[in-house]
Amino acid sequence: MHLLAQAAEPIPVPRVDWRAIAPELALAGAGVVLLLVVTFWPGARRGLLAGLTLAGLAVAAGLTAWNWDLARVAFDGAVSLDGITRYARVVLLAVGALATLMAAQGRRTDTDEESAEEEAPPEIFPLLLFALTGMVLLAAASDLLVVFIALEILSLSLYVMAGETRRRAAQEAAMKYFLLGAFSSAFLLYGIALCYGATGTTNLLGIARASIDPTDDGTLLLAGIGLLAVGFLFKVAAVPFHMWTPDVYQGAPTPVTAFMAAGTKAAGFAVFLRVFAGALGGMVVSWRPVIAAVAVVTMLVGAALAVVQTDLKRMLAYSSISHAGYLLVGVAAAATVPAGISASMFYLLAYAFMVMGAFMVVQYASRLGPPDTEPGEIGERSSLDDYRGFARRHPWVGALLALFMLALTGIPPLSGFWAKYYVFLAGIEAGLTWLVVVAVVSSVISAFFYLRVLVVAYLQEPAAEAEAAAGRAPALGLALGLAGVLTVAIGLAPEVLVDAARTAERILG
Amino acid sequence: MLLTAALFAPLAGAVLLAAVPAARQQAARWLALAASLVALALAVALAVRFRAGEAGFQLGVTADWVPSFGVRYRVGVDGVSLPLVLLTTVLTPLAIAGSWRSAERPRGYLALLLVLETAMLGVFVSLDLFLFYVFWEAVLVPAYFLIGSYGGQRRVYAAVKFFIYTLAGGLLMLVGIIALFYLHQKATGTPSFDYDALRDLDKAPATQRWLFAAFFAAFAIKTPVWPFHTWLPDAYTEAPTTTTVLLAGVMSKLGVYGFLRFSLPLFPDAARDLQPLLLTLAVIGILYCALVAAVQRDFKTLVAYSSVSHLGFIVLGVFALNLQGLQGGVFYMVAHGLLIGGLFFVTGMLEERRGTRRIDEFGGLQRSAPRMAGIMLVITLGAVALPGLVGFVGEFLTLLGAFLANRAYAVLAAAGVILGAVYLLWAYQRMWHGTLERDENRAVGDLTGREWAVLAPLVAAIVVLGLFPRPLLERVEPSAQRVVEQTRQLSP
Repeated sequence: MHLLAQAAEPIPVPRVDWRAIAPELALAGAGVVLLLVVTFWPGARRGLLAGLTLAGLAVAAGLTAWNWDLARVAFDGAVSLDGITRYARVVLLAVGALATLMAAQGRRTDTDEESAEEEAPPEIFPLLLFALTGMVLLAAASDLLVVFIALEILSLSLYVMAGETRRRAAQEAAMKYFLLGAFSSAFLLYGIALCYGATGTTNLLGIARASIDPTDDGTLLLAGIGLLAVGFLFKVAAVPFHMWTPDVYQGAPTPVTAFMAAGTKAAGFAVFLRVFAGALGGMVVSWRPVIAAVAVVTMLVGAALAVVQTDLKRMLAYSSISHAGYLLVGVAAAATVPAGISASMFYLLAYAFMVMGAFMVVQYASRLGPPDTEPGEIGERSSLDDYRGFARRHPWVGALLALFMLALTGIPPLSGFWAKYYVFLAGIEAGLTWLVVVAVVSSVISAFFYLRVLVVAYLQEPAAEAEAAAGRAPALGLALGLAGVLTVAIGLAPEVLVDAARTAERILG
Repeated sequence: MLLTAALFAPLAGAVLLAAVPAARQQAARWLALAASLVALALAVALAVRFRAGEAGFQLGVTADWVPSFGVRYRVGVDGVSLPLVLLTTVLTPLAIAGSWRSAERPRGYLALLLVLETAMLGVFVSLDLFLFYVFWEAVLVPAYFLIGSYGGQRRVYAAVKFFIYTLAGGLLMLVGIIALFYLHQKATGTPSFDYDALRDLDKAPATQRWLFAAFFAAFAIKTPVWPFHTWLPDAYTEAPTTTTVLLAGVMSKLGVYGFLRFSLPLFPDAARDLQPLLLTLAVIGILYCALVAAVQRDFKTLVAYSSVSHLGFIVLGVFALNLQGLQGGVFYMVAHGLLIGGLFFVTGMLEERRGTRRIDEFGGLQRSAPRMAGIMLVITLGAVALPGLVGFVGEFLTLLGAFLANRAYAVLAAAGVILGAVYLLWAYQRMWHGTLERDENRAVGDLTGREWAVLAPLVAAIVVLGLFPRPLLERVEPSAQRVVEQTRQLSP
């Protein structure tokens, strides 16, 4: 009776605020344009598609700049423009641009169009833009329903991207990703439903208000929070919800892997911070022990399993799991210490360039693979053995590989060091010193496998067999250069970006 | 400015080396040597402008680096760090000259040596704890590649072991540094890593003990203090000999310097409380490593263990917590650098000639290479602390300091002096005296001109500083005295 009466009332239509979601609209629009182009003009050159994608990203970047000083909650609290949104937009657009450059690079030479298609068909460009739309929206979402929608936009695009090539490994990876991803979406949706049941709203601000209501014992809300956490932890690849990561990272085309590693992580943690540190900050006592425990196992399991990997892409997948653990330290700290938020945001930025750079090297090396790979085979040179003596043959790319590995290890003064440092600082400030000590232990374990890459690339003799000629790789070269320069530049002058991250500390909505 | 120039001159040289074509090896060598000599010249200029008799930091520079974290670029030297800066800048050009003939990829090797020099100098002159940490970890990277890329057969194992060990210690120190920073921010409201600011902060004794432990992890592993020394024989033995010179000569001082500069003044109560523990570890290190050295067959490993044993004296002096001990400790750091450097140089020269380092493969070399034998005798006698040579002054002062602190430790450590004499002289006897039984040893040539150029400055310094230690001790004294006072100071 009561429910029916409610349903009869007209649903209030939120005031449309086009400007607030202008970058998302630009990305989605560019995605549609690209989709039309690849559909009706199958012969379009990759360079043109990449150029159009970059143009779309540039427009979105321009709109982000236009909205820079806008701080408000739009669509009746469904979307919020604050520091997190702004910072995440910058990170994600940069990630998108680098991924576009990687995708623009064909398998070997530009003349070899067929093998270029083998690596990633042209649909990757519109899909990348759609995924990016979802990611950017996810970072801005301040209503659980928008969170869900954004998450689905990005996930559906990524499922397809992961399986874009005809390689069997990619197909398998996409299937696995899809099944487990759908499963985790269900958890998330159930969590949203329970939160709604407990508080009567899906709006984060409303949930925040309801969560500190002393009259309610909060059991239902706690159950909802738990399920929400499962959904988010799956997306950011935290233990024990990490099982899909190694297979998907290894099987997907390298540009897609890089995009997922950097982009999904950034968007996932942005929403994680907004929901947990923002809306559920009042219940920090309830969820902090859980998140801290997950952080511990994520850091240690990720690092320990990375040690035994023999495939570089797989190793990077486990390393990304352990990096998710460090970020969780930031999340655990964030509810009581604002520095936890800025530290995590800064970490995401620094991490994006390091990890994408590492995957770019993988892509570069896989171009040197045996030229006559069958479509069914893996055909990517990502086994560690393939990198024996790599730095001797390719001194510049080898040096970049070393740079990214050292940055991921956290050696000063590279960007990864400041990221780690900032998160540690936040953790200690929040009284989680024990957690930081665990993070240190995990860092030492990780140093071992990052070093192993250097050992293989620098200290071992090159394999005797001849390599295919690399051919020119202007787009990939540009991407590598950008990632390398940024990794060093953020390390030497982190000030600007840290200051920008500080503006993210106040969460709206 | 002068200090900054001296600090980054080697790094600039390393960057320039990248521009030299790989084929032009000779040009690369001269460029590297020139860069290290520029650093030496600047360091000498620094020493000339240094005002003896002052305890505080001099010739410093301060600039903002990352203001939002309170991280600054602050460097400066005092009587403790200046001698170490000089030691570093003297040993590096010698190491470059010493590696002149090793043909394999000299450009990368020399660039790494120069980067290592800048990183180590940075550790000695940083007065911002964060900057200190950055340089501290930056030492790892070139050292890792030097050992792993250019070392002996088990080089990869040695390099990885070295890296992981020292990184673990360093990260624990980072946690300590952050905790210190956080305490300071809580107490004063301003973010700062400044050395003086963090030293003046009041720290409860219990807190001090934790922080001391965090710093101890880094310093004890790097020095190394027994029982954290297990990475060292591998690293020293596998590294190319001219790298070992820098590792043993300079890098081993980073840890002891850290104790002196940070552990004592920052955590005086903890340092006093834990003094017995540290002295015990030092004495065990001296005796244990001396015994292990005595049974080595490989001369390079013998020298490596002897280096750890002698470093025990420096730790002993520093943790005597009195003027004699600290002053002696700093002096012995310089002496140790010169002596161990010399021993490793000669080891390398022998290995170049014979392709082996096993003591029993040698014998009677005095007859085939008399000048080398003479030089080696001076260095060996210096290492066993013969009066009149540099080692004696350091060993005497550190033992005196330990004696004043607690007699038992001094007596036990003195036994280490005797053991040191036994194994070094015994090895000398087996390698250089006796008859030439093997034909290969007959063919061993005497010192070349380049080798003279490497060893002569070392031997000169060993003799001159041994006879006239005063100018150096004078400069060390006020700063060492200040550390003593800071450590004695009772926190409220």
